[in-house]
Amino acid sequence: MTGNPVDCTVKSTVALQIGDVVSDSFRPGVYITDVVFGEPVNIQEISFKNSYTAFLTVRVLRKEAGSEDGSTKWVTCVRNHCLMANPHTEEGSQDYFSIYRQQMLTQPDNVTTVRLIQRQPSSVWLNFNIEEIKIYPLVHEDSERDVPSWLSTITPVEEPLDLNGLPDPDEVSSSIQQMWALTEIMQSSQTSASIGRFDVDGSYDINLLSYT
Amino acid sequence: MMDEGTELSVTIAQIVQRLKGAHLHSQLEKQARECLHRPEIKLESLKEDVRNFLRVSGWERKLQNAVYRELHILPPPGHPAAPPEHTKEPLAYMRKAQASWEKRILKSLNSMCTELGVPLARKRPIPEQKELTNKWNEMGTDEPDLSKFRPVYAPKDFLEVLISLKNPNHDCREGLTARSHWGLIQISLNVRAIPQMREAYPELSLTCCQLGIDDHAHIPPDLFESEHIRIGNKVVSEQDSAAAQQYSRQGCPTGLRAQLWALILNATNEPEDIMHYEQLKAAVIHHDLLVDNLIYKDVKLTASNDDYYFVFEDFLYQVLLCFSRDTAVLEHFSYNSATPPKSYIQGKTGTEEFAVVYPPNGVVPFHGFSMYVAPLCFLYNEPSKLYSVFREMYVRYFFRLHSISSSPSGIVSLCLQFERLLQSHLPQLFYHLQKIGAQPLRIAFKWMVRAFSGYLSTDQLLLLWDRVLGYDSLEIVAVLAAAVFAFRAENLMEVTSLASAEAVLADLSTLKVMPLLQIFLFA
Repeated sequence: MTGNPVDCTVKSTVALQIGDVVSDSFRPGVYITDVVFGEPVNIQEISFKNSYTAFLTVRVLRKEAGSEDGSTKWVTCVRNHCLMANPHTEEGSQDYFSIYRQQMLTQPDNVTTVRLIQRQPSSVWLNFNIEEIKIYPLVHEDSERDVPSWLSTITPVEEPLDLNGLPDPDEVSSSIQQMWALTEIMQSSQTSASIGRFDVDGSYDINLLSYT
Repeated sequence: MMDEGTELSVTIAQIVQRLKGAHLHSQLEKQARECLHRPEIKLESLKEDVRNFLRVSGWERKLQNAVYRELHILPPPGHPAAPPEHTKEPLAYMRKAQASWEKRILKSLNSMCTELGVPLARKRPIPEQKELTNKWNEMGTDEPDLSKFRPVYAPKDFLEVLISLKNPNHDCREGLTARSHWGLIQISLNVRAIPQMREAYPELSLTCCQLGIDDHAHIPPDLFESEHIRIGNKVVSEQDSAAAQQYSRQGCPTGLRAQLWALILNATNEPEDIMHYEQLKAAVIHHDLLVDNLIYKDVKLTASNDDYYFVFEDFLYQVLLCFSRDTAVLEHFSYNSATPPKSYIQGKTGTEEFAVVYPPNGVVPFHGFSMYVAPLCFLYNEPSKLYSVFREMYVRYFFRLHSISSSPSGIVSLCLQFERLLQSHLPQLFYHLQKIGAQPLRIAFKWMVRAFSGYLSTDQLLLLWDRVLGYDSLEIVAVLAAAVFAFRAENLMEVTSLASAEAVLADLSTLKVMPLLQIFLFA
């Protein structure tokens, strides 16, 4: 949710199936969508709207660090992330999802292409896809922000520097800042106490109900 | 999805925002200010002492109950990119179906309005206002001419809409396959089967005592009933909402039920609630709505004809007429797939400053709506308290019974669950009924839409609603519908037409709800 999405080209989806796509009556169970960037990106978040995809695997084409001629390597970031708890039923079928950097198996840095492998094993659905794909880059936090005191009681402030299986302080602080931003938005907006009047200036003369 | 820490913060922020303007907030501040005079509050440990005081005096518990209530109605934290309609209902085709159903209702109301020449709303002249104020407690004695009014819709119309509900992405080309629906509902929602129900409803199991079974006359009360009542008294004295909800799963004793339900729903009867009710009453006196006639007609047709509920006719008017004027109900539309009907005053169509919601609470009553209130009249005799409890029950549960949504407590899920339970538990019966043209859902639908109100005897109905509140879900209604069919299975296998199947299942007033549920789920 940080910042703006990166400009990218979403290539048209390719079905993975044996035989001819057009003439065969079998519906494919796997689709591949590639998302290409103009220049290498460090990914923070991939968000999208699901449309009946059950499982999602994300692979990225990474530019290898320290290589001059731009050699690249495919790595898997997320394997079989479950979008629909039961592939035969509607739960999760049209929901919005986000996959964050923290959930990924490998660091999505210097990425030139993102490959989204969608799987739907159920024969119940005619089509499946993912839509509204947005990729957010990693934004560097350089300003110090005050954290309200009640928020600091939720997450422990004192953390030993010796990281014995504890999370990285930078990651924790970036997620705290996200939480803080969300709560600030909530608290600054007005209260939801209603007044209770249903008329407009004492008048409630209505003729017909509106269809729009 | 977002990690749990972030989700928790968002939820906390949402609840804080909702409670900020509420009366409880100002009361807490007042209490905190006033307690500063008390000797035990020391400056060095001010924060701790004030918090201690609030806990000891019971105010912290009230806040806990208020937070618990908000958690009940708060929709799950959605994705930031999700538009508000996605929170109301995630599936696009269901939103569309709900919108076209609503349009039909609006058309029906509009045509009634123009045919009868009755305005949708009008201000009452002063003499009429005086008359109504005098007659407030006996509106049932009025016999207005309601012959021209007809209910906007009946449950069977709604059933036809649900039957025709289809997912355009659903493959229904092939004939009967393992995935086919041999029932009426053609949607693939996730509904719980018996093994999962057993896990979710352990308090109903054969080894667990409960009211409705273990308080029978021939069982000595020392075995369960006395202890259960003792615990109930403790829960009421602690005023703990969450404990009351857990307690209700084994049934509420008759003497404690009213207090326990009010506790679970956090429905208070403070001066501000009474004042709110009086405000609504004033609104009823000032304006006459077309919807009022629908309410009158509904009460006359249903509750007044019922042996158990006709005595409460006046209460029903007092609650339902006020309910129509309550704009606080509009809040629930953020998590209800329905949208309140809109209109423009003084003919200024299209100008947003003159847009209003009609009726003010956005809910158009249908045939049988008054049956949601009728059973509550047995528990509460103060109109404002009865009103608070009903309103909270509506915005938590009843609204799901007459709107199209994919929610697990929604009527579509309940219908599908009923059919699936019957299909897997009694496939022969289901097949037989389907073959003779008596699809089980056609009979069970009217029970489920009313949550069995008016079909069961009152004490049994209240035991059922104890569990609805205790488990915070209407699923048990679908299970009971299947259990009733299972109970009368032998007779149903003999019938040869829809009419005779209806006759077998016409009278449910002798049924005992808890044994039926227990046997169906656990035996």
